Amino acid sequence: MTNRDAIYARILELIEPINAKGVPLAEGTTFAGDMELDSLTVMDLVANIEDEWDIVMPLNMLPDLETIGQVADAVAKLAK
Amino acid sequence: MTDLLAKFDGLIAEHAGLLTAGVRDPFGIVMEKVLSPTEAIIKGQHTILLGTYNYMGMTFDPDVIAAGETALRDFGAGTTGSRVLNGTYQTHKECEEALKDFYAMDHAMVFSTGYQANLGMVSTLAGKNEFVILDADSHASIYDGCAMGNADIVRFRHNSAEDLEKRLRRLPPEAGKLVVLEGVYSMLGDIAPLKDLCAIAKAHDATVLVDEAHGMGFFGEHGRGVYEAAGVADQVDFVVGTFSKSVGTVGGFCVSNHPKFEILRLVCRPYTFTASLPPAVVACAATSIRKLMHSHNKRQHLWENTRLLHGGLKARGFRLATETPESAIVSVLMPDQETTVRMWSALIEMGVYVNMSRPPATPAGVFLLRCSICAEHRADQIETVLARFADAAAATGLFRAAA
Repeated sequence: MTNRDAIYARILELIEPINAKGVPLAEGTTFAGDMELDSLTVMDLVANIEDEWDIVMPLNMLPDLETIGQVADAVAKLAK
Repeated sequence: MTDLLAKFDGLIAEHAGLLTAGVRDPFGIVMEKVLSPTEAIIKGQHTILLGTYNYMGMTFDPDVIAAGETALRDFGAGTTGSRVLNGTYQTHKECEEALKDFYAMDHAMVFSTGYQANLGMVSTLAGKNEFVILDADSHASIYDGCAMGNADIVRFRHNSAEDLEKRLRRLPPEAGKLVVLEGVYSMLGDIAPLKDLCAIAKAHDATVLVDEAHGMGFFGEHGRGVYEAAGVADQVDFVVGTFSKSVGTVGGFCVSNHPKFEILRLVCRPYTFTASLPPAVVACAATSIRKLMHSHNKRQHLWENTRLLHGGLKARGFRLATETPESAIVSVLMPDQETTVRMWSALIEMGVYVNMSRPPATPAGVFLLRCSICAEHRADQIETVLARFADAAAATGLFRAAA
């Protein structure tokens, strides 16, 4: 398993507890649209992701991170 | 043509659903007459006000009113201009002098609202490749200041010194950093552990800004705010505040000892590109601020009222957001939106106005009935409020729902 795969798998685990709607999770699943998460929930998820990989993921990055796959890409880049 | 408001259809339906349930619109209250800082006529009914942030009851202070009347007569209804063009009158300078004296600081800048003060300070202080580190429960004006600026925005878990430390440690040591804190967080009414938070911020060479909107007037020996009570005045670089709470009118400000502070008047867009406050408003504010320096009895009474309300609600079985009264905000936890609306509605029908708060304005998805207490509330008014809270809970089956 590559690093990106491991990151993606772990992100899915972090998302599972807040997936109240039980939306099937995939690379293209969007946080606001598909999962209907509000901004506070998304920001709390970001805090968990930051702690998981000991990285800084500034909130101003969020508008560009709409899907789970995009977040995994961003983490893979930041965690280097 | 695409209807640009279609994106709000969900909210429109939700709001309409609320009203067809036969309850009053929590966001559509009209005060027909205001009798005092603690009483108004709403829909013809005499109502006790318990959700106005009018902590020190200065709105009808005779000296404040007189100062406003004089300024209105002498300087006219408005300035029609920016602070940096034609909009600075003698009244504005006197208001800034009052702030400098109140805070014992070298510089003061008056904005047109508290919202604009945060918007301006946060967006201007931290620029590109610098960092704003803010508490997760920060007020919308702080978040909006972040959105307006060009800095990278890092959020730490509410009031957690450990989490702040962890996040500061991850940032480049040489980068400029602004840590933004609030003395009192207005949703739950809890106060910040400023001693711990400031120590960590300073250990990481960060600039510290504290918003004392809900702390000015009654925290600390001189009423400067929670930061004064916590004894960290020497670690706070900028204090932001508002005139629309304890001061009793409208407007915002920032005070500081920073030697280059005055340049902010030219680079802070929410200060520069808007009309200044009317002379009557700043005259009211200046008089009120000077009186607040000596309002020790009022402060004491405000705390007595707060303890009475907090203890009384607790004794009647209500769940409160803070175990003990930490500020002049007492937030009652509600189980869900429907019960919150029904409780709020029952209270207003009985002549008690409180704020209804719900996500996303509230943290952690909680529903609240938020009470803010005034130094001018009489003990019998608080007793009436407590009795009506109990009646409203009985009428709506609150404790049944919670059980």
